[in-house]
Amino acid sequence: MSVPSAWYLVLAAVLFGMGATGLLIRRNVLIMFMCIELMLNAVNLTFVTFARLLNDIGGQVDVLFVLVVAAAEVVVGLAIIVALFRRRAAATADDIHILKG
Amino acid sequence: MSIALLASNLVAAGTPASTTTTVAKNCTVAPGGTKVVGLCTSANSLHISVAYRSIAPMLILAIGALVLLAVSAVLPKRPRVGLYPALTSAIGGLALLAAVLQWFDGAAKAGTVEIGGQIFYDRFSVLLLILISIAVILSSLASDGYLRREGLDGVEAYVLMLMSATGAMLMAEAGGLIMLFLGLEIMSISLYVMAAFHRRRTQSGEAGLKYFILGSFSSALFLYGVALVYGATGSTQFTQIASYLAGNVPANTGVLLAGMALLIVGLGFKVAAVPFHFWTPDVYQGSPTPFTGFMAAVAKAAGFAGLLRVLTQALGTQQADWKPIVWLLAVLTLGVGAVMAIAQKDLKRMLAYSSISQAGYVLLGVQAATTQGSSAALFYLFTYTFIVIGTFAVVDVVQGKGEARTDLGAIRGLARRNPLLGAAMLVLLLAQAGVPFTSGFLAKFYVIQASVDQGQYYLAVIAMLAAAVAAFFYLRVGLLIYQAPDEAEAPVSTPGGGDGVFLAGLEPVPSLDGNVATAVLQAPPSGRIRVPGATALVIGVSVLFTIAAGVSSFAIDFAKAAYSLL
Repeated sequence: MSVPSAWYLVLAAVLFGMGATGLLIRRNVLIMFMCIELMLNAVNLTFVTFARLLNDIGGQVDVLFVLVVAAAEVVVGLAIIVALFRRRAAATADDIHILKG
Repeated sequence: MSIALLASNLVAAGTPASTTTTVAKNCTVAPGGTKVVGLCTSANSLHISVAYRSIAPMLILAIGALVLLAVSAVLPKRPRVGLYPALTSAIGGLALLAAVLQWFDGAAKAGTVEIGGQIFYDRFSVLLLILISIAVILSSLASDGYLRREGLDGVEAYVLMLMSATGAMLMAEAGGLIMLFLGLEIMSISLYVMAAFHRRRTQSGEAGLKYFILGSFSSALFLYGVALVYGATGSTQFTQIASYLAGNVPANTGVLLAGMALLIVGLGFKVAAVPFHFWTPDVYQGSPTPFTGFMAAVAKAAGFAGLLRVLTQALGTQQADWKPIVWLLAVLTLGVGAVMAIAQKDLKRMLAYSSISQAGYVLLGVQAATTQGSSAALFYLFTYTFIVIGTFAVVDVVQGKGEARTDLGAIRGLARRNPLLGAAMLVLLLAQAGVPFTSGFLAKFYVIQASVDQGQYYLAVIAMLAAAVAAFFYLRVGLLIYQAPDEAEAPVSTPGGGDGVFLAGLEPVPSLDGNVATAVLQAPPSGRIRVPGATALVIGVSVLFTIAAGVSSFAIDFAKAAYSLL
């Protein structure tokens, strides 16, 4: 029994939606960070599904680009978080409140 | 990552071989088998010739960044004189030279696609490469004084600047959505660190984190758009997307439209178009000031390059779908940028809203979707680069050590403290307001003209109204520069009392005579301002270009030549 390709697209859309929603409603910076990863990986799933549907290797290659970029983003993002929260107890977005107007 | 790998296994295992009937364009599949024989285009063949001249400026910047790191590791201690900014501007100068040579290259003039279709080598790209090289030179020189004063002088800032510019160049030259995404990320990841660069200022760290979270969010949205457009058209290359859409109607237009919308959102974030602008004021305010100028110039130029490529080139056949969206974005950006800037009490924050409002004018050129509109947008970006880097260089000098004073009061009486600096700031502000005999006037004129020629009269009228509103706050700052620090202390009652415009949720607007402003502003700092030599050079060059491009037509001819063949 094979799973229809549309299901993968729907799953990817759901994962992407979960990531986007989580990013907007969660207050912990690390969780927000994980939500971004979830969104990127949902896109990867979409790429792979379309690559399979179109029988085109290009979509699978694109996934590798995305993985590398995601890894670079993790490194920089965690470094910024560490630099900012070194002197604080909790890493919540509510602490980020100096800049406003 | 494991999700994606798992999924790829599942797809490979679970889909029958019969799916080979849905073959992408130009693919040849061996009969009876699933083996793809020729891959999908001739460009995808294993022997891809690399035309190094097409990516020479990008290579110079990337290699230059590595050389700079190596040099800093070999040197025994911190160099006393500004070695790093000098080297950085030399690298930028080399890149500029390479880009200028590209301009006269026949292949670039004709417009070719290089490196397996991943790089667009035409004068549109080359103009943006020139712009980015200039931005690197000016920003590295402007950063020197800041980094020294704040005790942050080291090689890292310059390396980040070069890497960020490399990414921006890749965006400008991208021949497909994936290259555009890669360039976007290389540029943005460096910019996140630059925003958070001032270790001892909490605001800087906050700006970095905000930029990072919202920037990554927008990148993810952009990437999902890439995936959906790929699914709908079967390619991520601009030329192939365009040729597919010209010849076929996508089986599922919903996927294409969703992808297009997400691409616009992702790039709209980068260029700070309303309603995707909310990170801009915080990030511009918190970031180190010279880096803010760099960010405003380079990220905006690269973002608009991507937007022009995606909308006018790849999705040129779908104009009926995206033109109304861009129309709305332009109107919102013009309006919100101009109105919100009035209410700001912080100089950098006000300039952030001003830069949002400037993005609205460039969107006017994008919305026209003509050669004229695109060249007007390019001209706008070119002039804005000089204006914004110069303006933030002045703000950097005014704010003093530790970015102590960035409120509007800091600039009061600037002309007394340093007449030349005051005059330079006035010229740059007038250029942003669009006063004749500055480049800002011509830039606004050409985008509005392009819009009118397309019959977009409402949009043109809205743009002119927004310019009038914007002139208010630019002139207010201009008056503050020439206000004497002492005479402003005497309170004068405002006639009529309530001539400030009240908006929901906003503070009353200080009126033009500066009295309300006096109540709001702190006392101005006093004493003559010393401008570091490199920063003075940057400000001088910016002002000279702003006036030169305003009184003669060489810059617009340049921009028109860049877009004549697309």
